[in-house]
Amino acid sequence: MATLTVPTSTRARAPRVLKSRAAGKLLLLALVAAVLAPWAATQWPGAAWPHDLTVSLDKPLASASNWVIDNRDSHPLFLYFFGYISNAVVLSVRAVYLTLLAAGWTGVTVFGALVAWRVAGARLAAGTAIAFLACGALGMWVPTMQTLALMVVAVLASVVVGALLGLAAGLSDRLDRALRPVLDTMQVLPAFAYLLPVVLVFGIGVPAAVLATVVYAAPPMARLTALGLRGADPEVLEAVESLGSTRRQRLLTARIPLARGELLLGLNQTIMMALSMATIASIIGAAGLGDRVYQALASVDVGAALAAGIPIVLLAVVLDRVTGAAGDGTTRPKTIGWAYALAVTVAVALAARLLGRLDWPSGWNLNIAEPVDRAVDWMTSHLYSGVPVVGGTADWAGHFTTWVLDPVRGGLQWLPWWSVLLIVAALAWSIGTWRTALTAVLAMAAIGVLGVWGPALDTLSQVLAAVAVTLVLGFATGIAAARSDRVERALRPVLDVFQTMPQFVYLIPVVALFGVGRAPAVAAAVVYALPAVVRITAQGLRQVDPAALEAARSLGATGRQQLWQVQLPLARRSLLLAVNQGVVLVLAVVIIGGLVGGGALGYSTVFGLAQGDLATGLVAGAAIVCLGLMLDRVTQPTERRTKKGA
Amino acid sequence: MTKHPKSTKLSRRTALIAAGAATVSLLTGCGAADMTKQASPFANAQGAKSVTLSVQSWVGAQSNVAVAQYILEHKLGYRVDTVQVDEVPAWDALSQGRVDAILEDWGHPDQEKRYVEDKKTIARAGDLGVTGHIGWFVPTYLAKQHPDITDWKNLNKYASLFRTAESGGKGQLMDGSPSYVTNDKALVQNLKLNYQVVFAGSEAAQITQMKQFAKQQKPFLTYWYSPQWLFKKVPMTEVKLPPYKDGCDADAAKVACAYPHTPLQKYLNAGFAKSGGKAAAFLKKFKWTTEDQNDVSLMIADEKLSPQDAAKKWVDSHPDVWKRWLT
Repeated sequence: MATLTVPTSTRARAPRVLKSRAAGKLLLLALVAAVLAPWAATQWPGAAWPHDLTVSLDKPLASASNWVIDNRDSHPLFLYFFGYISNAVVLSVRAVYLTLLAAGWTGVTVFGALVAWRVAGARLAAGTAIAFLACGALGMWVPTMQTLALMVVAVLASVVVGALLGLAAGLSDRLDRALRPVLDTMQVLPAFAYLLPVVLVFGIGVPAAVLATVVYAAPPMARLTALGLRGADPEVLEAVESLGSTRRQRLLTARIPLARGELLLGLNQTIMMALSMATIASIIGAAGLGDRVYQALASVDVGAALAAGIPIVLLAVVLDRVTGAAGDGTTRPKTIGWAYALAVTVAVALAARLLGRLDWPSGWNLNIAEPVDRAVDWMTSHLYSGVPVVGGTADWAGHFTTWVLDPVRGGLQWLPWWSVLLIVAALAWSIGTWRTALTAVLAMAAIGVLGVWGPALDTLSQVLAAVAVTLVLGFATGIAAARSDRVERALRPVLDVFQTMPQFVYLIPVVALFGVGRAPAVAAAVVYALPAVVRITAQGLRQVDPAALEAARSLGATGRQQLWQVQLPLARRSLLLAVNQGVVLVLAVVIIGGLVGGGALGYSTVFGLAQGDLATGLVAGAAIVCLGLMLDRVTQPTERRTKKGA
Repeated sequence: MTKHPKSTKLSRRTALIAAGAATVSLLTGCGAADMTKQASPFANAQGAKSVTLSVQSWVGAQSNVAVAQYILEHKLGYRVDTVQVDEVPAWDALSQGRVDAILEDWGHPDQEKRYVEDKKTIARAGDLGVTGHIGWFVPTYLAKQHPDITDWKNLNKYASLFRTAESGGKGQLMDGSPSYVTNDKALVQNLKLNYQVVFAGSEAAQITQMKQFAKQQKPFLTYWYSPQWLFKKVPMTEVKLPPYKDGCDADAAKVACAYPHTPLQKYLNAGFAKSGGKAAAFLKKFKWTTEDQNDVSLMIADEKLSPQDAAKKWVDSHPDVWKRWLT
């Protein structure tokens, strides 16, 4: 295996004679292929990954899992290290939860509104208050508080960990170089892949959920902290230095305040990721709203799932807007100070307590479950089949499976394994450096070594199909949004909802529309990945240099010509980023696909979680991670770093 | 944090201060932290005595928990937290005291040996009173059309009826959630059936698909189990597999027989079983019939009552049953 990639890595420089660097790289690869392919094909015939080159991890993983279970209550590692972490998490979540309950629904709502008012103005304050009241009205007050308690602890821990890592990376070049690839990699990992390892050590429950959330949500904070510290204006720093300040003074008085925007953006990103993870972590006993969504699935009750999903969306939108407003550096409105805000909260909470109204009044409930269920039933029964002319969604799903998914899967599994590696290498190298190509090839090879080559290609075929559909829909919608302000305004709430709604909620509707199988898995992935693609496309098109557009218009270009010949080419980078994000997001919900019949790696991961079967679950999770790495590297253009002093 | 604070009348402020102090003492580190003695942070909130019940993903399990929760809350004055966990992880959580009880277990011999017999962290709590059975089912409308379809020997003859886009030219045998006990892949292979097992991946997906098929009166063959509320909505007939004999499913790869009839069991965390007071005594006595469970399940899944309303309805109409549990 290693022999395959060595030549590509030693010959980093393409021959000079060739005009285009990419062509040179491909020629080199073709040479390598011509030498190695016949040898590989005779040595290990057949298309699938050769069995001699796999390493079975079943035994070591099973014994590791047994060791943990046997030593959990006696080994010092658990008693004096993991035990403390676990206890600290339980106690802090509990403290926050009790505080929230003590404040009662009035106190929490007032406090939230006051904080939003203080940092983001009156409109958002009203929005925050309405969001909290809606959570109560949906009968979800206690689960909302549980999720909030978990979130507060997880976000604080993520911010502390992320800020410390970011500080280290921002101040030391060596650490930055060491951390960057790690953080980059963590960005593309699907959230579900984290669940099994934490469950193994911490068991089912809140500690595991919080830790998984921290691991998932800390990297963006670290990246943005480092970015902010490195991006500080050198002239300002020089001025501060010339005043004779020490390093520490420089950091505290100049660099950190200058990085305020990035720090707050990091906080915003961390909060959003923590919220999505807190929902997913309901699979491992995180309680709260995600758990309610998950429980509603058992009775196949879309309405009840939605009732628990809406508070999550509301929390996400409110937190996003408030932290976003805090970060965009606008001058804040003159409102009451923090001390007053606290005082008012305490007063309101005490008043509610004296009136005996701490719990959400049971009479004030909206029951949305029934109308939602009726609507979903009506829709699915009318669209499922027998729509005149076009046929029903079930027929489409069948055709999509037979005409698109099957050929793609068949094609990928028909390709000899070494040719798949070569294709990956060619794709990654033509848009990146030999390093990214090597990473991609090694990731793909690791899948083979783990012994899940077949299922991984099955998953890959679903991912490719889903990405293709996402890009077609996403580019079309993005272009529409970029060309009309009205469309964009109308789309924004829809995209928000799609992006933050826990994916469990639309499991039932996709099955009801498309039947069990790979088609609904693709549909669920498309719904999840679409918003990001639309946003990035629209933003990229809007940022095209107005001068270029003006010039095109003055030459008499029609609207269509402007779009095809000016805007799209100039927005190429954004479009590529959209592709990359689409791939990463589609892969993130492969496991959700496993819950609706997608099979392959997604199902294996769910199986591992459900049966506590580490060998199956971890291997499948690792393979998903490798797929993610590979796909990220073949869709993300990387420039060759300029060599210092070369 | 011990599981049952001695003074339940702690005011919230003292509890907070205590929690803070405990955190500090934790961070400074004194003594060992026992991970096996951890309750959920949401338990015992606001000074209530609390019990944490694990809920499995199917509605029958929800019904047990709903009724137990209703009685614990309204007749015994506990506060109940529920956590949704799959079966095998629930055993693990139970042994660590993160949940106090599993009310419906379909038989996990490895787990029983490990936690009940070797480690003694989990205690048996007797029969639930319901007998569970897994099998292959076809909708009754199909069995009426083709009466001989209910014998496995004739399944190959009808394979083409069950073809879907996913089953690749063979008949589709639909399985459900990965957490359920299933030998279907081995059965298909060992009985030489021209079928492909397609995993729906979750019970929600499986039920949704079955309802869609039933709406259109389409043929389908599926792994299913009783007691289950869906039989009332979609009547189904079992396909006879080679009869079950003790030990015929011992080797997972060689299985070629039907699934057994399992008397479903309850399990409690060992510590809770000893010192859980009235709650533990009640859960040990909790026992009802398949019909009772199905009543509650139908209210939850079909009439869309919330589990608590369904439990209230059942409890109000069956006083003689639950009063026995509390004596």
